[in-house]
Amino acid sequence: MRYKGAVEFRNVVKKFGQFTAIPDLSLSIEPGELVTLLGPSGCGKTTTLRMLAGLEGPTGGQILIGGQEVTRLPADRRDVSMVFQSYALFPHMTVAQNVAYGLESGGMKPAEARERAAEGLVLVGLEGLGARLPAELSGGQQQRVAVARALVLEPQVLLLDEPLSNLDARLRRRVRTEIRELQQRLGFTAVYVTHDQEEALAVSDRIVVMKNGVVAQVGSPRELYEAPASEFIADFIGEANVVGGEVLSVEGGIARVDLGGAILALPARGLREGPARLAMRSNAARVRTAGAGVPGRVASSAYLGDHVEYEIDGPLGRVFVVDDESDTPLPVGTEVVLDLRPRGLALIPEGV
Amino acid sequence: MNKDNRRLDLILAAGFFALLVLPWYRVRRGFFGLDWLSDLPGSETLWPGLFQALAGRWQLWPVLALVALAVALRLTRAPGPRRGRALVGIGLAGLCWLAVEGLSIGLRGWNWGVLETVFGPVVGQQAFGAGAVLLGAIFALISAFGAAERGALKGDAFVLGAITLLVLLVGVFVFYPLLSMFTGAFQDFDGSFTTEGVRGSIFDPKIWSLGCLTGGNCGVAWRTFFLALCTATGTTLMGLIFALVATRTGFRFKRALRLLTVLPIITPPFVVGLALTMLLGRSGTLTQWIEAATGWELGRWLYGLTGIWIAQMLSFTPISFLVLIGVVEGISPSMEEASQTLRSDRWRTFRKVSLPLMAPGLANAFLIGFIESMADFGNPLVLGGSGGVLSTEIFFAVVGAQNDPTRAAVLASVLLVFTLSAFLAQRFWLAGRNFATVTGKGDGGRHASLPRRVAWPVITMAVGWGLFTVTVYAMILFGGFVKVWGLDHSLTLDHYARAFGVSFAEGWQWTGVAWDSFWTTMKIALIAAPLTAAVGLLTAWLIVRQRFPGRSVFEFALMMSFAIPGTVIGISYIMAFNLPPLQMTGTAAILIACFVFRNMPVGVRGGVAAMAQLDGSLDEASLTLGAGSGRTMRRVILPLMRPAILAALVYSFVRAITSISAVIFLVSAKYNMATAYIVGLVENGEYGIAIAYSSVLILVMITVIGGFQLLVGERRIGRREVQAEAATRESLA
Repeated sequence: MRYKGAVEFRNVVKKFGQFTAIPDLSLSIEPGELVTLLGPSGCGKTTTLRMLAGLEGPTGGQILIGGQEVTRLPADRRDVSMVFQSYALFPHMTVAQNVAYGLESGGMKPAEARERAAEGLVLVGLEGLGARLPAELSGGQQQRVAVARALVLEPQVLLLDEPLSNLDARLRRRVRTEIRELQQRLGFTAVYVTHDQEEALAVSDRIVVMKNGVVAQVGSPRELYEAPASEFIADFIGEANVVGGEVLSVEGGIARVDLGGAILALPARGLREGPARLAMRSNAARVRTAGAGVPGRVASSAYLGDHVEYEIDGPLGRVFVVDDESDTPLPVGTEVVLDLRPRGLALIPEGV
Repeated sequence: MNKDNRRLDLILAAGFFALLVLPWYRVRRGFFGLDWLSDLPGSETLWPGLFQALAGRWQLWPVLALVALAVALRLTRAPGPRRGRALVGIGLAGLCWLAVEGLSIGLRGWNWGVLETVFGPVVGQQAFGAGAVLLGAIFALISAFGAAERGALKGDAFVLGAITLLVLLVGVFVFYPLLSMFTGAFQDFDGSFTTEGVRGSIFDPKIWSLGCLTGGNCGVAWRTFFLALCTATGTTLMGLIFALVATRTGFRFKRALRLLTVLPIITPPFVVGLALTMLLGRSGTLTQWIEAATGWELGRWLYGLTGIWIAQMLSFTPISFLVLIGVVEGISPSMEEASQTLRSDRWRTFRKVSLPLMAPGLANAFLIGFIESMADFGNPLVLGGSGGVLSTEIFFAVVGAQNDPTRAAVLASVLLVFTLSAFLAQRFWLAGRNFATVTGKGDGGRHASLPRRVAWPVITMAVGWGLFTVTVYAMILFGGFVKVWGLDHSLTLDHYARAFGVSFAEGWQWTGVAWDSFWTTMKIALIAAPLTAAVGLLTAWLIVRQRFPGRSVFEFALMMSFAIPGTVIGISYIMAFNLPPLQMTGTAAILIACFVFRNMPVGVRGGVAAMAQLDGSLDEASLTLGAGSGRTMRRVILPLMRPAILAALVYSFVRAITSISAVIFLVSAKYNMATAYIVGLVENGEYGIAIAYSSVLILVMITVIGGFQLLVGERRIGRREVQAEAATRESLA
């Protein structure tokens, strides 16, 4: 791990007084990777990011950036830079001065810093706005200034703390694409904190899901979505139904599972015969009025234009199902069968 | 439209009462004594307005005519815009006529010679009494109700009435006195116009000389200005130091520092000067030590600008601290963190980010310090020695052997120009330059602690100054128990006994010399406090919740009255209320009026802040539920504003006790206030009693404020407990 841009947490502990925010965190991030720290509020993701930035000191353990230990290094001497949730643009400086600020702090000559700041503004598409004050920009523009200010320093690692949370929904989608493109084009390592799972799925190479200061699962967006390691992950990523079933037999890594009467073949994920829990995505079943499948009864239905959302009572309990067939929405009380597809189903490895 | 008629009936009935029953002119022995009733039929001066008019005082005829006209309108016309317009006219005409005749005809006939040559001689008249004052208020209300009938402000008679009365009151008690002060400067002894006095005073080298630049003495205006600059600089610096220590260091006694902020509120202004003389004066403790140790002769260096400066630093640093602690805490922590992640160490962060962000707040603290220093009266009075400042010069121009009201008025104008300029700068130049609140949401993070090279000097200075302050205050408490300060340090309770002695020999008797002024102070403060709170909060409600033309001007004028130094208020009250038409000097009423209108801006500010937190939809909900403005105020706004009301009550009570600058002009033998009495003691050299009395005052105020904190604080603690409980429940779930 001697590469520029690699990050490693080794058994990092963080306590605030009596309260332990991070009990024991080990994590490594490859150079050039965009890793998202995802989790509900209070899960320790921001604390992790701030420890990486040097804004909080860990209580124990080691942090390495680019193969160098930085655990006790203050923020201004670390080769990282950060985009703040509130952007933290200095209101008394112009946009150009904001972007040049870090360069000048590093000892660069003012003239050169100005030039580089202008280049940085071009990079985020804000050329010509350097003379404005932050207050004279829109929210989206301010956000880009914050990114430019962090990027011109060419840090090994760029840290982003919920960078989109102050933007409206439409803008959020566009800016996250821009950030991802920029990251892929320039090839820097990025650590991205968010509590929005959709945002995480959209931008990340890898996602680290955290809960109560502990890493719950690390993996690519697809791995997390298709093979959640726990009920928490299954629920947090893509709001899956968690349903009970029974593994009938395991052969060559493939399990035959009885799910409410339907028999399906799924990857066993280390499970043996016996009762099991499954993550069932909302698109895992089609709702039919006749044919083979798990029987059920419509408990609620909501017509949303291109799809219909149902809640179905049956042997699986109440499950949430989305049906693309929206021409004839079924009324509440209709007896239905759920036609299950293996694609949206996964066994959850942890015990029942 | 029955409501329109009903309220009109009510005030017209009150108008009859004012004209037919109440004495029109001022009752010398006091209206509320009611012993004037026995002299009634015989003494013509006690007659009500109607009989005065019948007896030949033609200046009352228009008043009667206007009231009669209003009654006729009420009986013949239906409520509506047309009647409304007529009523507005009647009300305004009535007020104007009262002002004109009151100002024109004085005790001995016409006030101005011109009028006498035009209209011939007239019989003089006394100042307005209960009847005239009540009728003035009724004229104001008639025009307000008329405006309501015309549909102004959605026809809300309560709001209109409140606005009209407030404007009238502020006009009479803030602007009329200032105006009389200015005109007073241009008047001869017989009342005719002259510029002689003004010219003499304006170019007086004693005021404007710049001789100190060449080794001589500077004029008093420049010296005051220079002192104010020094005090403002010093207090801003010390305030910043304290604010930084309290928020940005690991200093252990931060809570004790915060206690400092209470001191200026509870300290009568001259007390610090008094304690300084005990410490550093000619026979002061510290002076004696130093002289004994070194053999130097320190002399009277304390008396003069140096001493005043030290006293003002002690008095006003806490105020600056209070202002700046908000500024320092207001800086978003993520600004500093961002700077750190941008390769800046703490020192560069402090220099390039924290300080520039604080700059507007620092300028604000500077201007506040400037105004406070300019307006300060107590400290210069005690420590000024031969070279005073503007505020004391004004005092001596009226009170001393000079008795030169023109000079006093000119000096007061100069002082007023200085403080108002600072106020305007604060208001316009600083407005919109505040960075402190520019933060996004979701600001986590912590404030950067100070770089070490700043932290140590800062902590050292804060501790040093803190200890000095504590010593000074210890002097005050201790000094009351010592026989003769500087000569005989044996302990005694004599001073307390003389000041607050009680005798049981013939029943309960207050034999102490201080009791008289003490009880007067308490009584007047207790009357003034609720009035101040009521006027202040009513104004706040009008400013925040009502949109009426001239609202911003109204608010501005109110806030401006805060920048008028107490000395100026004092002198202008004397000039305005010493002669008819409004004669109040020597009464308790003038003291109460002075307190109410001097402290009202604070109530307004507190009320505005509290009201801004109450959602406007609450009022609207109450209005749509059929409650009028008055009822909404009573049943919805007031209960929600209880903490703000309590704060306004306590503050105005305490200010009434500690204030000296305006009060010293207005006290009389009958109504002497504690502070004025203590200053008298100091002038007679009776330091022991003065100090004992001051300590008692401080203790009284600590008790009041402490009780108040307990009352309000308990609620806050309760809420936090609930929050903590909720948090534990959440984390357990």
